[in-house]
Amino acid sequence: MSESNHAENPDTSWREEYWKRNLRLMAILLAIWFTVSFVFGILLVEQLNEIVIAGFPLGFWFAQQGSIYVFVLLILIYAKRMDRLDVEYGVDERDQNGDRS
Amino acid sequence: MSDIQFWTLVFIFLSFAVYIGIAWRSRVKETAGFYVAGQGIPTVANGAAVAADWMSAASFISMAGLIAFLGYDGAIYLMGWTGGYVLLALLLAPYLRKWGKFTVPEFVGDRYSELVRTIAAGAAILISFTYVVGQMRGGGIVFSRFLNLPVAGGVGVAGAIIFTYAVLGGMKGITWTQVAQYTVLITAYLIPAAAISQTFTDFPIPQITFGQVLGELNALSVEFGLNSYTQPFTERPQLDIFLVTMALMIGTAGLPHVIIRFYTTKSVRGARYSAFWALLFIALLYTTAPAVGAFAKFNILEGLGGTPVDELPEWVGNWEATGLVIVNPDADTIESISNNPAEGADITVDNDILVLANPEIAGLPAPVVGLVAAGGMAAAMSTAAGLLLVISSSASHDFYFRRIKRGHATEREKLLVGRLAMAGAVVIAVIGGINPPAFVAQVVAFAFGLAASSFFPIIVLGIFWKRCNAKGAAAGMISGLVFTATYMIWSLYVSPGSTVLGISPEGIGTVGALVNFVVTILVSRATPAPPAQLMEFIEEMRYPATSRRQTKG
Repeated sequence: MSESNHAENPDTSWREEYWKRNLRLMAILLAIWFTVSFVFGILLVEQLNEIVIAGFPLGFWFAQQGSIYVFVLLILIYAKRMDRLDVEYGVDERDQNGDRS
Repeated sequence: MSDIQFWTLVFIFLSFAVYIGIAWRSRVKETAGFYVAGQGIPTVANGAAVAADWMSAASFISMAGLIAFLGYDGAIYLMGWTGGYVLLALLLAPYLRKWGKFTVPEFVGDRYSELVRTIAAGAAILISFTYVVGQMRGGGIVFSRFLNLPVAGGVGVAGAIIFTYAVLGGMKGITWTQVAQYTVLITAYLIPAAAISQTFTDFPIPQITFGQVLGELNALSVEFGLNSYTQPFTERPQLDIFLVTMALMIGTAGLPHVIIRFYTTKSVRGARYSAFWALLFIALLYTTAPAVGAFAKFNILEGLGGTPVDELPEWVGNWEATGLVIVNPDADTIESISNNPAEGADITVDNDILVLANPEIAGLPAPVVGLVAAGGMAAAMSTAAGLLLVISSSASHDFYFRRIKRGHATEREKLLVGRLAMAGAVVIAVIGGINPPAFVAQVVAFAFGLAASSFFPIIVLGIFWKRCNAKGAAAGMISGLVFTATYMIWSLYVSPGSTVLGISPEGIGTVGALVNFVVTILVSRATPAPPAQLMEFIEEMRYPATSRRQTKG
């Protein structure tokens, strides 16, 4: 753990704001995570299977292919968005040369 | 020696030489290197290492075959073993990296109390050990099937190799070896899959093409009296599919050998990107597996169905010798197919042979078969090594130094004890792999349920809810574990086969995690809040940089 720098930076309202935006992003991405896997792949699979694309019944495709592609994308979007958020609030990590690490 | 045996030896020997070479180059001299690779692993490499660590002998050898026989219901493994990475990336990895310790029990020890730490260390060792025995066994089986060596010899050789690079290089050696192992295993998986896709559809990307055989596969399956391939809920009811998938996901995010990998990155940002690379590398195999399953099932049904027994293709005879394919002596023509010998079908095909026999079924040359064998070994060894590191670090770091030495140890002593613990763990794993307890296969699946109901809830609450305290966490973890284990034991041993609402023992971990969440929250609310200083530490954990840079605003 590092030393807290409260003494020189008493204004901590940015923290709440940063954390809220992080939580909102998280909630949106987790909602998509739940929808593609549990809703499309399991709960609505029978209805979606009525639609067939390139030989794949759609519900079956979400369960065995689509949800996995979406999972990968969700993590990428999260990492990219958090990069931006970190810079905006000045909490991005820099090495001695000032480069992002 | 047959062609296949020759090439298997060549590839296994070459790949082992590479692993040992890497181990020598990355040997370590300090504790941080041994436990968390000096936190200096680049993100792409760390991602590949996580992927190799994660994909076990079961993923590599058995999963496609399992899906072939389960059809749609195989999705529990596909979604369950990938979706957990989303939870890891969003809820755990960045924060645990910021906290910056060596082990999972260490985090919960700092966050909660020594009691929680000890429970967690015990659970980590138990979960990892049940898991590692299966891996050693898997490595030994690859040896015995391809080289006709006894399983014990195979397990011994695999153990000796892991011993060399794990004891020498610790986490650093293991990580770089795993990068090489990932390369070997993914190449060995994708080449035959692409070839099979090309054979059936004239296009080499199986993820896209296997839809083309699904219609015919459904029709053939019904003709053979099997369930339609894409029909959901044939093996398990919908509720159970939901719960098993969820249990595998949160179990993944709670497994100590997976979580520990995010401590090895350079930064919090690195931990996020590591999760991305890891899942991308895993997805390469996990999206290919259902295609391999569908093609192989189609090929077997179409190629063997209605065929007179004396006109079966050559690969059937080759694999009959291993006992993995059994042709019923009473059958004249093949009219029924099963993966379960107890059903007495005309031909019984073991789940494990689909991936191993794929190159032959697709008519690929012997070197490719050898490569697949090396891939199976890589998958087994990389997972075993990661688990052994968790066992040794929990034993040395969380038990020996915390409980016995009380923190008074020199750097040299720490490293020595780490190495000794690793050596001990390898020896126990080899013995366990040669004489596996009968229940190992089941227990591996249940490791997920136990991880889901013990670690995941209290780690997530520990990060996102500052008010969560030690009493709550201890109560939650114990009640989640006890609830889950009781249901599993009841459903498996006390009254075999009985369930509540059709919930299988594999799915109960989801309910156990809910129990843990609820108990942790209720008990935390009823007891005093954690000290203010600890709350400040939790606050600090939420922001990547150690101090805030001045922004323009």
